[in-house]
Amino acid sequence: MSEFFHMGGYAFYVWASYGLALVLMLWNVIVPIQRKKQQLTRIKRKLRHEQGNNPAA
Amino acid sequence: MWSFIHKHASPKHFYLLAERLIPWLGWSTLILLVVGLYQGLIVAPTDYQQGESYRIIYVHVPAAWMSMFIYMVMATSGAIGLVWKIKMADAVASSSAPIGAAFTLLALVTGSLWGKPMWGTWWVWDARLTSELILLFLYLGFIALESAIEDRRTAANACAVLALVGVVNIPIIHYSVEWWNTLHQGATVTRFDKPAMATSMLIPLLIMALGFKLYYLYAMLLRVRVKILESEKDTTWMKELITGAKK
Repeated sequence: MSEFFHMGGYAFYVWASYGLALVLMLWNVIVPIQRKKQQLTRIKRKLRHEQGNNPAA
Repeated sequence: MWSFIHKHASPKHFYLLAERLIPWLGWSTLILLVVGLYQGLIVAPTDYQQGESYRIIYVHVPAAWMSMFIYMVMATSGAIGLVWKIKMADAVASSSAPIGAAFTLLALVTGSLWGKPMWGTWWVWDARLTSELILLFLYLGFIALESAIEDRRTAANACAVLALVGVVNIPIIHYSVEWWNTLHQGATVTRFDKPAMATSMLIPLLIMALGFKLYYLYAMLLRVRVKILESEKDTTWMKELITGAKK
């Protein structure tokens, strides 16, 4: 197992490559999911506000 | 045909389609990447020249392919938005830019991390590396231009023109290793004859490449979905969809 992480002496280069891939790819997924949540909350709040001002709707 | 395009290019249909595709794309991406990583890091044999360091190939090459592929998607959909004024084409173009920029950065950095132990240097100003760096600047230029222009329509048009002008860089990147004497090696996979690579090493590479491609579609649709939520928030269908989904 430790031999696997050692990567024949190239551990830093190999794991830094895979690590950066992981960080960038997660970032590009987490950011839009967070933004969607925020946007949905904002729209819902606005809709509730509109309905509160206009009971007929 | 035209009505089919128009129907699916409407923000409402695109949104509903994205909602249905996103979970499928997410899971298949995850499965492909797990299989690809297992094959690439554990199953594939050690290279007789480069030892274990060659395993960087399984992120470096797919990332470099995606950096060019996404650029072509971005420029094409930008052009479609420019000519036919299809809002969703602009949304695809602008959602692709940050993902393409991330893959370009990844290709450059992993190339550096591979170059240091193999070539003895982090960076050389050779044609392949320089043209890939220009690609990163094109993506960053696209993103900066978009955020600098207030009006959405004008921003989308300006960005589409920038993306189209930058297309000239794509064949330069691809053929740079043939046109100039570069330190970077020539193509090993995308050749007309047999790929110059052992099958046991090639299979994980192709799995990773497919995984990266599905990842792009997944991440791009996630961004398009947010864009539709922002631009269509005052439409009746969106209000109905949101209040209907609210339990």
